Amino acid sequence: MLDGTNPFVRFRNVQKSYDGETLVVKNLNLDIEAGEFVTMLGPSGSGKTTCLMMLAGFETATHGEIELGGKPINNIPPHKRGIGMVFQNYALFPHMTVSENLAFPLKVRGMSAGDVQEKVKRALDMVQMRAFGDRKPAQLSGGQQQRIALARALVFEPELVLMDEPLGALDKQLREHMQYEIKHIHENLGVTVVYVTHDQSEALTMSNRIAVFDDGVIQQLDDPVTLYEKPENSFVAQFIGENNTLTGTVEALSKNVATVKLEAGDTVKALAVNTDGKGGRTSLSIRPERCVVSPKKVAGLSMLKGRIEELIYLGDHIRCRMNVAGNDEFIVKVPNTADQLGLEIGTETHVGWQTDDCRALDFKQV
Amino acid sequence: MSLPVYATPLQRAWYYGFRVICGLIFFFLIAPILVIIPLSFNAQDFFTFTKEMLNFDPAGYSLKHYEDFFTNSDWQIAVRNSFKIAPAATFLSVAFGTLAAIGLSQPHVPFRRAIMAILISPMIVPLIISAAGMYFFYSRIGLQGQYIGVVLAHAALGIPFVIITVTATLVGFDKSLVRASANLGAGPMTTFFKIQMPLILPGVVSGGLFAFITSFDEVVVVLFVGSASQKTLPWQMFTGLREQISPTILAVATILVVISIALLTTVELLRRRSERLRGVTPS
Repeated sequence: MLDGTNPFVRFRNVQKSYDGETLVVKNLNLDIEAGEFVTMLGPSGSGKTTCLMMLAGFETATHGEIELGGKPINNIPPHKRGIGMVFQNYALFPHMTVSENLAFPLKVRGMSAGDVQEKVKRALDMVQMRAFGDRKPAQLSGGQQQRIALARALVFEPELVLMDEPLGALDKQLREHMQYEIKHIHENLGVTVVYVTHDQSEALTMSNRIAVFDDGVIQQLDDPVTLYEKPENSFVAQFIGENNTLTGTVEALSKNVATVKLEAGDTVKALAVNTDGKGGRTSLSIRPERCVVSPKKVAGLSMLKGRIEELIYLGDHIRCRMNVAGNDEFIVKVPNTADQLGLEIGTETHVGWQTDDCRALDFKQV
Repeated sequence: MSLPVYATPLQRAWYYGFRVICGLIFFFLIAPILVIIPLSFNAQDFFTFTKEMLNFDPAGYSLKHYEDFFTNSDWQIAVRNSFKIAPAATFLSVAFGTLAAIGLSQPHVPFRRAIMAILISPMIVPLIISAAGMYFFYSRIGLQGQYIGVVLAHAALGIPFVIITVTATLVGFDKSLVRASANLGAGPMTTFFKIQMPLILPGVVSGGLFAFITSFDEVVVVLFVGSASQKTLPWQMFTGLREQISPTILAVATILVVISIALLTTVELLRRRSERLRGVTPS
């Protein structure tokens, strides 16, 4: 850390192996500041949930240290860590009412009955569930159970709250609504949140920073904007948002611009981000919304020929699938303006982009 | 399920045949028990229906066998012994059986299946073999003919029932609740008594009921391991049959049947109530 103080949560060289042979988490280093909302994002089996479980204390790190508030917590059992957690299936106690569920962590801490009641009431208000205190979890809908799980994780005022895909079981509309609600609760309470999900839009909506996991390694750790606009490798470019990939070989490198000869024969310029240098193979990443379809070449843009294969009308934009340089899955999002409606399937046309929007990354076969 | 209109003659035959078979099974299971009840009110010292009884003549009926049961000191000692041994054995069975079932449900325990098989074996091995084995073993260590010895022997017989019923309820137990409890700050003891125990209670209770009835009905092991001062109800019934042929035994049997039905009903009602408390609709 630049200012020399300890971060709130620190993973230092953490490794985890279940069978003693394969590492599920390979040498993880991650610092989380107090009050941050950090999301661990990645496909299933990428090690993100394992990291969360190690932080909660349900799994032990095979190697390395985890610190909380500057103190190593490797040898502290889960019930003494004081970390709140929202479980994937909510894990509400079915034999207790909603109020009893919320009171449980307070009673365990030996709080007086009056304080317990007060805090339970406040927590229920926070998630707008005051009227449901006497119900059993089984009498609530999925979204309501989710709120109670959230309230229970926050009621004992932990400084750190972990969330393990808490919205996975909800339908799309409710999920989006809960995303905002969680985000607002985080902003109001100022707690530190570590959130695990495989849903990238969820991560982009809520997080201060996102750690993209793959194969037990953090591929990139950045704020949502940087992550989307400036992916550092092909995995992140593919995983976050939609992405077009063209593969080729670097012919020349000058400053940070690479001249890349595509496999289909064309030559394009790209921003050299993560290449093996001259002669190395590279994957170019271009976002669909940064491309322009134009019958004529446009000055200042890299242009390639392309044929329109499919058009899908989506109201605010038209999704145009093209064949560009041998890749027939090249997607362009054409804004729905009056003059763009002349697109037709089978038309030979041009597609173009700014050099800075085309990022030359590590080679990955698609 | 009624017979569909398109049923073939064979299906029709099976439809009625199946009901006849079910009826016969119930008849053979229940008739021997039902027949005991009127016989226990026999005014004569016989095990058969007298002419007066068949004519429903009030003179043919009496409560004298019940009177004998409640006044005869042999029977009263046996009752007292049974009620001293069965609850103690049940308590031990439930405590150890529940712990064993929870332990054996953890995936990391080595040789789980082998340990489970050994613990279940008293239910499978012929009782006479267990009894003989216990006799020799308990004689060596001075437990033969002791109250404690009989209790331990009956506990060993009851444990398999508890393990089986508790293991069955643990299958439906969500392990993340234990994690949630720990995460909320509860130590292992609090988690066990406040979270896990209430949720597996139906299994524990029905296992305990089976263990109680096992001990309460058991005659072979107690004959080997016990001595005259641990004479239980089944023992007294057994010797009663051999030595006195008194119909008092029918009165005792009737009382036991009533107690069993009452116990089963109570436990079933308790089980439904606890499921309702958990917010599950009773099955």
